Order: sequence, then C-alpha cells, then structure tokens
Amino acid sequence: MRRILLLIPFVATLIVPLYNWQTPMLWGFPFFYWYLFALIPIASLLTWIVYRIERS
Amino acid sequence: MNGDIHWTAWAVFAVFFALVTVLGFVASRWRAADLSHLHEWGLGGRRFGTFVTWFLLGGDLYTAYTVIAVPALVSAVGAFGFFAMPYTIIAYPFVFAVMPRLWNVCHRHNYLTLADFTEGRYGNHWLALAVAVTGVLATMPYIALQLIGMQVVFHEMGFGSVHNGSEIALAVAFVILALYTYTSGLRAPALIAFVKDAMIYIFVLAAIVLIPLKLGGYGAVFDAAEKAFSTRGSGGILLHSGQAMPFATLALGSAFALFLYPHAVTGTLAASSGNTIRRNAILLPIYSVALGLIALMGYMAIAAHVPASGNHVVPALIMRSFPEWFSGFCFAAIALGALVPAAIMSIGAANLVTRNFWRPYVNRNMTPKQESTVAKVTSLIIKFGALVFVVFLPLKFAINLQLLGGIWMLQVFPTVVLGLFARWFRSTALLAGWALGMLLGTALSWSVGVKPIYALPGIGSVYIGLIALFANLVLASILTLIMNRGNSDADADQTAATDYEDAVPARS
Repeated sequence: MRRILLLIPFVATLIVPLYNWQTPMLWGFPFFYWYLFALIPIASLLTWIVYRIERS
Repeated sequence: MNGDIHWTAWAVFAVFFALVTVLGFVASRWRAADLSHLHEWGLGGRRFGTFVTWFLLGGDLYTAYTVIAVPALVSAVGAFGFFAMPYTIIAYPFVFAVMPRLWNVCHRHNYLTLADFTEGRYGNHWLALAVAVTGVLATMPYIALQLIGMQVVFHEMGFGSVHNGSEIALAVAFVILALYTYTSGLRAPALIAFVKDAMIYIFVLAAIVLIPLKLGGYGAVFDAAEKAFSTRGSGGILLHSGQAMPFATLALGSAFALFLYPHAVTGTLAASSGNTIRRNAILLPIYSVALGLIALMGYMAIAAHVPASGNHVVPALIMRSFPEWFSGFCFAAIALGALVPAAIMSIGAANLVTRNFWRPYVNRNMTPKQESTVAKVTSLIIKFGALVFVVFLPLKFAINLQLLGGIWMLQVFPTVVLGLFARWFRSTALLAGWALGMLLGTALSWSVGVKPIYALPGIGSVYIGLIALFANLVLASILTLIMNRGNSDADADQTAATDYEDAVPARS
C-alpha cells in the first residue's frame, strides 16, 4: 500500500489542468514552471519515504 | 559561420578532450579485472556503487542531444517542449518500482540484456530476438543524434576555410572514443562521466545565473518569450487547449520507454545491488532540475535575440553570453555529453548482438574470451555505422528514426516490465502483440509525416507509442486467454519468484 505514494507524481504531472496556469508567479516564473520544478524534489522525497519504510 | 575560427574556444576544448581521452584509456585499470569476460567489459563487473552509478546513469540519460534539442524545441514551440520535465519526474518512481527486480533476476542468472531475461523467462528464441532487434534498432539512430550534438558545437567554434571540418573533427573524436571503449569497456564512460557531469553542472549554473542577469531576470525572459510567440502566432509559454493530452501522453510514454533502452539497461545492470538502484531513483532527479534549467535556455535565446534557430540555438547563446574561453569549456561539456552516452549505447547494443544474435545463431559454444571479442568488435562497427549515418545521410533521417525508436522501444513493455511481475502472458501472444505494436506505431506515425502524435477521433491527440502499446496489450491478452484454454506454457520459465526479490533483507 505504501507504494501508492509512488503514484502521486504521476497524478500530479499527468493531469495537466492542475498546473497549466500563469499565476501565482514565483520569482518571475509562471506557475506552470515553478510547479514542475517543485515537483522534482517532492517526487524524490516520496520515493525516499517508500524506501525507508521498506528497509525497516 | 565557417568564416571565423575561435581559437581560444578550440584550445580549451582540446585540453578537456585530451584529459578525458587519457581517462578513457586509464579506465581499463580502474577496479582492475579480467576484461576478456563480457560481464566485466560490458557491465563493469556489476560493481558500481550508488555514487558511481549516479554519475554513470546521469551521464548516460541526459545526453548532448538533450542539451541541444530540448531548448531548441522550447524556443520553437514553448511550453510543449517542457514535456521532458513531467517525463523525467515520473520516470524515477517507475525505476524504483521496476528496475531492482530486473537487477535481481539478471544478477542471479547472469543475464546481460533484456533479451537474455526474455529468453530465460519465456523460453522463446523469437521473442528474445524481437526484444534484441528492437533495442538495436532504437539505439542506432540515438547514437547518430549524439554525433549531431557534437557537430553543432564544432560548427559554432568554426573551421575557417577548412572543407568538411566538422566531419573531420567528428571522425577524429569518434575514432578515439571507439578505441578506448574497445579497450576499457563500460569503465571508460563510467570514469569520464565524472568529468562530464561536473562540467555540465558548472555550465548550467553559470548559464542560469549569468544569462538572465544580463537579460533583466527571469520575469523578463518569460515576457520576451510570450511576446515572441504571440507575434509568431504559434506556441506559447503555457499549453494551448488540445495540447494537454499530447503533452501528458508523450511524458508518460517516454517515461515508460526510457529504461527499456539498452543504454539505460546497461547502466542499471552495472549497479552493485537493487538498493543502489533504489537510492539512484531518489538521487537522479537532481539531473532533472538541470534538464529543466537547460530547457529554459530556449527562452533565454529568444530574449537575447540569438541569431540562430533549431539545434544551433544553445551553442549560439553560449557563444554570445560568455567569454570565449568559457564557451570552449561549455562546448567541451556538451561534446563529452555526447561521448559518454554514445559509448554506453554502443556497449549496450554490442551486448545484445553478442548475447542474442551471435550466441544463439552463429556460435553456441563461445568461450568467455570469444564472447567479449565479439562484443568489442561489434561496438566498433556500431559506432562506425553511426558515423557513416551522420556524415552521409540527411539529418532528418536520424531524427525521424530516433522518434520511431521511442515508439518501437515501448512495444517490449509487456514482455519485459509486466514479465518482471508476473508470468501470465503466453510468449507467442506477446510476440504477436509486439509485431502489431511495431507495425501500427510505424504506420500511424508515417501517416502523419513521421510525427509522434496522432489525433484519435473522440479522444484527442495522443502519443502514438501509447496507442500502439494499447493495441499490443489488447492483442497479447486476447491471444493468451484463447491459448490458455488448454495448458499454460509457464513451465518454460527458468526463473523463480524469489529471483526477483533482494537476496538479503534490504540492508547494505
């Protein structure tokens, strides 16, 4: 069941209407861009959590 | 552009190129072992830990062509070119779930390729051959595109009045590459990847800080891009209606295909354990940040009014934005970004040819030494083939074939990825599904002028690789259900369920 965490990045990136927006902007980046950049560490973190759970 | 020769850039470039050439040959003594065994030459002895694997796979997957082509696409069409970001975001959770199983079963049975695994899992020569052919077909144009990555860099540095300068430079670079790959095998790109990746990170950091500073910040860069797209009347910094579906399906299909490519498999199987791969699935996304930033250079080129288009956008932006010596450094980084994947691709394809063509069909009783010799010679031939390809055939040909290669590669997904989790499909059903997927994918793409996207009535525009994969799965399932009414063919399976699990409780 913990592996459901691995599906979150799929949902978050493949449902494009979630993030195909100009605003809110961050440091000059439209939402579309900073959202995708922010997802990279989040996906990484989720994978790490699954790894930690499976190791213990 | 061939009028000027940028001597300073060439000099810096030459220094770094010479450095990695030495490294490439020295690599044969790194973690010394008997390189006349294929698993030593072609998989580095399966001993690369988390750190080395991170550099190796990073250097392997984020290629020179990526650095050149992604920003070129972004500067031409805008947000759509960013499908590379969702693609690389979802690729790693997928790798985490799938690739350690592949590593385990391959380690236990000394499989070197996906076709080796297919043979063991399904006991069907023809299916294994199909997997091998797909891998080699998809890899050849990919190697050719790496050469194109180098060519645009050479072009930017200029040749003065030398005729065919970039072809000569390419040939020299490739002969050197071929020689150290021949002697050192996978150890050469693994060692060079350290230098290459470090240089790429320096180049990216400099570019994302210094270039926007000159252009008035990221806000100004996005504004300039948006203005340019609305003047052109096409593209945009957000996706237009109708682009969401092709954007998402292209990302999903590419993510599924990425780790089926022989070079990705080779890099993965060279790891020292399943946990090495898991840790890399967590750490490799750092490269995706770099990729996203590289993609933004497409917009920077628009904002800087770089007088170039297509694949020349990034080299021209570099030349315009940096002092010449640093441009030379960046160009060396990109060229090395071509050599590392080209070496690994040719090794991956050579492993396939040796294990899955030569051994079953030419010489069944090869000694380990003969096996590694066949692989070494094959890697030379493959690189030479790619060079001929680039020098004598139109560029469009390689690009089209590489695009088709992605569609083809996806068609081994049911056999390999689903096969790692369950032995449900009949092997002949998988073979029929594969054939249908290959034909349908090629035909659909051809019918729209070799494009990746096809408009399905009532659904929208979808990545053709996924359409073909869907047809492939449906046919394989139906045939399996029909054929299983008698007995199953599961007894051909040489692997056991525990072969896919970690050997020791996951502590390392």
